[in-house]
Amino acid sequence: MLTFTIRRLLLSIPTLLFISLIIFMLLQLAPGDPMAQVPLTVPPEVKQKMREALGLGQPVYVQYWKWLVQFFWIEPQVFIDYLTNRSFLLGWLPDTALYQGELRVISWQTRSPVMDIVAQRMPQTMWVVGLSYVVGIVIAIPIGIYSAYRHYSIFDQAGTFVTMIGFSIPPFFTGPLLIVIFSVYLGWLPSIYDTTHVVNDWASFKIQLQQMIMPVMVLALQTTAQISRYMRGAMLDNLNQDYVRTARAKGLSESVVVMGHVLRNSMIPVVTVIALGMPAVFGGAIITENVFKVNGIGQLLLTALFANDLPMVMTLTFIFAILIVLFNLIADVLYGLLDPRIRYD
Amino acid sequence: MTDQATEIETFSALTDKEPQKPPRSQWRDVWDQFRKHKGAVFGGGFLIFITLGVIFGPWLWDVDPKGLDIRNKNWRPIYTLLWDSSVTAGWAHPFGTDQLGRDILAQMIAGGRVSMAVGWLAMGLALVIGTAIGVIAGYFKRLDFWLMRFTDLVLSLPILPLVLLAVTLFRQPLNSRFGPEGGMFILIVAVIGLTSWMQTARIVRGDILALKEREFILAARSIGTTPGKIIRRHLLPNVISPIMVSATLGLATAIITESALSFLGVGFPSDYPTWGKLLADAVQRMQDFPERVLLPGIAISLTVLSVNYLGDGLRDALDPRIRGR
Repeated sequence: MLTFTIRRLLLSIPTLLFISLIIFMLLQLAPGDPMAQVPLTVPPEVKQKMREALGLGQPVYVQYWKWLVQFFWIEPQVFIDYLTNRSFLLGWLPDTALYQGELRVISWQTRSPVMDIVAQRMPQTMWVVGLSYVVGIVIAIPIGIYSAYRHYSIFDQAGTFVTMIGFSIPPFFTGPLLIVIFSVYLGWLPSIYDTTHVVNDWASFKIQLQQMIMPVMVLALQTTAQISRYMRGAMLDNLNQDYVRTARAKGLSESVVVMGHVLRNSMIPVVTVIALGMPAVFGGAIITENVFKVNGIGQLLLTALFANDLPMVMTLTFIFAILIVLFNLIADVLYGLLDPRIRYD
Repeated sequence: MTDQATEIETFSALTDKEPQKPPRSQWRDVWDQFRKHKGAVFGGGFLIFITLGVIFGPWLWDVDPKGLDIRNKNWRPIYTLLWDSSVTAGWAHPFGTDQLGRDILAQMIAGGRVSMAVGWLAMGLALVIGTAIGVIAGYFKRLDFWLMRFTDLVLSLPILPLVLLAVTLFRQPLNSRFGPEGGMFILIVAVIGLTSWMQTARIVRGDILALKEREFILAARSIGTTPGKIIRRHLLPNVISPIMVSATLGLATAIITESALSFLGVGFPSDYPTWGKLLADAVQRMQDFPERVLLPGIAISLTVLSVNYLGDGLRDALDPRIRGR
């Protein structure tokens, strides 16, 4: 198992390199000019110098190499320095001071390091996306179990119908719909996510909860629909197996049979689906963040795209790619760990 | 004596000259199973209805969707008269008009045309690419490894960010060549098609790998059938059912992706209605005119829902193991 994990980890490096090359080449084909906003009165030679200052003067492969070095060598150094210097968790370690002022990936919009902005935006996305995923799973699994156990019952029919609806209604419709109902007509919840809001007592915690409910539920609906379908399917596959009959025959109570035997076996495929679905939720968060004006990384990607900020777009898209590759790896490893029938070596 | 008589009667079926029931074709069985799935029949019916509606709608309701009529702006839909008789509404514009006086019913029909056309074409493109790659990878052993590594690689690309990227980056050159609407149409169909073929390729490859080892392929090969003929005559008809199921899924994703792009503001130009575009434009004024969000949103959701149900029913109907029961 360990050799398999290490092999997969090593294999993911060329994959990631290739993905970064694809994204980089796509951006190179971009016809947009970062100097398009500069006034026409600026003479062309000055513009050329400005372009070179952004790192655009050199050949393509030099630009790509520089980005690679900055992303994979210099940014980790900055991160380690941050960990040993200021972070709460590892701040007691001696300061490493690896970063010696080399050039980092610089955003063309703000002229500040891209990763600093990403680090500012990440917590909002993590809170909304992570919480919605947890909520979605917590709702989905009991629904899946019960509708498989009572196959063809009214609950099963209704559950399948509701998950089908959740599957079909896109988040850019559920979002505005919830805003119309709960913010406009009922006035219970704010329609805009306020990131500057600080939680320091119960009242402010309540406000934070109120502003998080709608984006979290919109994303959770998608997750619930998907995972409860998988859960139901996996439970149905297992409920007809011979070992279930044996377990009942030896007089185990129904709850032990279902929750102990069947559920544990059915969770194997579901856990991998949960791991595989994680990056897709980050993708879906782009739309949800746009609807509820959460300034997370999805919204950052959109604004960077419209502002022609290529280093930012490149880095963010690559972060999404890392997430996908990472969670694919986690899913494969989990599958091997949970299912003794799977042997990779 | 009597023993012998019963024995003969038991085996009388063996002496039948021809089958007692007329033979049934496979597609008749499929249709019978499909009819049992109520949701699928309903979904299929709704999909046909909405497709015909957007194709023939402009002849039935011949109001120009782009025609401005500023005097009659902000009409409410006709049903608001049920509870509020003071609103401006009427049969001249059953779904109301928008802030520039454009008829919303006509816009919905025109928008549905674009959304459905994008959906069908992008799905077709994805199916062609996916089937081609799946068949080639499954049939030709030498190409299998590299084609499947390529598929895995594309699967690990972040699709939505890349689609956003591609649409923003290539908008300008295509617009200048094919006009703002045609260019965007080609771009969106191509981008969605090129990013959603992977599941089809994987499923088709798996089925081809299993089919390739069967006796009828061996027989075909032994009489000297060329690989191209084997694929067309023997393999493709046998993988048609997984292709049809992934086609329905592809149609649903294509419609949603197109609407999402329009919603995020990177889709079609602003005076060119699609369902996603209508929804996105209406979000600004949804406090006063919630129906402008609801109508295109319901249209998208119902279409996708019906397509998903259709896919569910097709999967059951085309699976011979389920069909027997």
